[in-house]
Amino acid sequence: MAERKKITIIVRMGKKLKKEGEKITTSPEECEALRKAFSGPHGVEEKSMLEILGKCNPADLTTFRKNSPYIFLDDEYCFEKWDPFHMKSLQIKFLHFQRAVIQRTMHPWERDALLVRKSLEEKPPLYNLLIELACTRTSDEFLGARKAFQCLYSESVEEFVAVKVQGFQRRLLVALVSTYRYEGMRIDEAAIKLECQKLARAIKTDHRNEIENDDEVLRILTTRSKHHLKTIHKCYKEDYDSNLEEDLDDIQILRDTVNCLCAPPIYFSKILDTSMSICPAEQEMEALTRVIVTRTDVDMKDIAAEFDRKYGAPLIERIEAAALGNYRDFLVALVKRGMAN
Amino acid sequence: MATHSVTEDCEQLRKAFAGWGTNEGLIISILAHRSSAQIKLIRETYAKTYGEDLLKDLDKELSSDFERVVVLWALDPAERDAFLANEATKRWTSSNQVLVEITCTRTSQQLLLAKQAYHARFKRSLEEDVASHATGDFSKLLIPLVSIYRYEGDEVNMTLAKSEAKILHEKISEKAYNHEDVIRILSTRSKAQINATLNRYKNEFGNDINKDLKTDPKDEFLAILRATVKCLTRPEKYFEKVLRLAINKRGTDEGALTRVVTTRAEIDMKIIKEEYHKRNSVTLDHAIGKDTTGDYEKMLLALIGHGDA
Repeated sequence: MAERKKITIIVRMGKKLKKEGEKITTSPEECEALRKAFSGPHGVEEKSMLEILGKCNPADLTTFRKNSPYIFLDDEYCFEKWDPFHMKSLQIKFLHFQRAVIQRTMHPWERDALLVRKSLEEKPPLYNLLIELACTRTSDEFLGARKAFQCLYSESVEEFVAVKVQGFQRRLLVALVSTYRYEGMRIDEAAIKLECQKLARAIKTDHRNEIENDDEVLRILTTRSKHHLKTIHKCYKEDYDSNLEEDLDDIQILRDTVNCLCAPPIYFSKILDTSMSICPAEQEMEALTRVIVTRTDVDMKDIAAEFDRKYGAPLIERIEAAALGNYRDFLVALVKRGMAN
Repeated sequence: MATHSVTEDCEQLRKAFAGWGTNEGLIISILAHRSSAQIKLIRETYAKTYGEDLLKDLDKELSSDFERVVVLWALDPAERDAFLANEATKRWTSSNQVLVEITCTRTSQQLLLAKQAYHARFKRSLEEDVASHATGDFSKLLIPLVSIYRYEGDEVNMTLAKSEAKILHEKISEKAYNHEDVIRILSTRSKAQINATLNRYKNEFGNDINKDLKTDPKDEFLAILRATVKCLTRPEKYFEKVLRLAINKRGTDEGALTRVVTTRAEIDMKIIKEEYHKRNSVTLDHAIGKDTTGDYEKMLLALIGHGDA
């Protein structure tokens, strides 16, 4: 009873203060801009926040809160309470730029080692992230990441993956993280023809769990050089009029492996698109930072071209629509830089 | 130790090839007493001075076992391992042991250099060739052994040692020698961790793991598993045994003898000689002297005395 009285007094006092002449100085447009500044999936619009919040008086803030029903909730005690879910996600959004900066300045070996660790410590585990790291880096880049991993965690990547993963996935993933592929252009035409046939036979005749355990399929994907595999991919298309990764479609980790090894820009443009969709999951969102930061020095031009071709809009435009503030500007700068290389 | 002039060495080697016949003694007296770093310099200088590859000249002028030991010795250690590994992938099961030997007795860095040398020389990766040539259980073990970049630190997790010793014992008792956990433990764990696990195994279950892996002396996969364990934990004992079998074999296994001497001369030959003496009551020098002849014998003896200079 006493509690209720206390609160009623506070509310009455609040209303009294307002009545005593605090004017509302922000326009509805400014309120809207401020709402937007808080509401992107990617980042926050620091400029708006600085300018508008910088001059808001308490009355403005109250108006802002009252007119932002998705950010602030009505409480039974008549104050506008910050929606806890929104507040938490806002804390993460503020971090987007920070994360991008840290990733960009970090040594690529350390960065990839941390990502490898994360890929299997998340629940559920992110096999596609592990495959991305093992297959899109050069042999020496990934070897560097393996060394950094040993330095950071006092164990090898191979041990770590072998313990965390079971079954057929273990064989594939351990092999992918341990192999040191030949990076040159020399290929064996006869072997390519033969292996193309072996893959086709496995796909056409085996059941799903047989392909997964097919020694030859594993051998070809986990030991052959990238140039060799790209040539197989081409040969497969010519001979069977189909894309290898599409025919492996129902075994996601095999499909991702083929994509990452044979056509990284296709893989990357796809996950960029997913990261900027309407309501991406947190892991999907993080891909936006990771892909831009890690590929700006490698194949950003190809990724942007593929993105444009597949999704009908330039990558930069999509980023400008999906991200806010410093985070957006940083990503755009990295993309532009990568495209100019 | 006298300083050697690289130019003088090149001149002398060139002289050794000149005219009819070859001065093998001169070749031995120079090459057997140079480190791999010095030989690298000699090869570079020789190529610059005479426009020819020293190795090609050695190949032309020398023959048979003597040639092989000299040429292998003159190769840079990484090239040597790449060459031996490549040879092993072309042969059948007996050479699986050579692959185990190379992948398990080298440090992670040495194995990496060998793989890089393999790319440069054969334009393929070692993993590809091992995977194409090995089959079944052998490939399940050999491919990881070839690929994995083992952690080289000394840290040991005793809880893990206990649990993994248990797993190994379980699988071995079930005769599931090719079980993925057996392969996982042997191919991914650091050497220090494996040592701890196998010590634990012996403490808990009474036997050395290799004793328990001897159930069928004719089973080749078990032989390879035993070799893997030995190479990872007691390389000097492994090499002593290879040498002993090579020498005691009717007719001598020069391939194995040459391989062990050239690959270990700069690494741990002193310890291997001690093991040999302990196990056989004669020195390795004595045994080689009895079992081989001519320039081949002279070169081997010079190499095993290499570290004693």
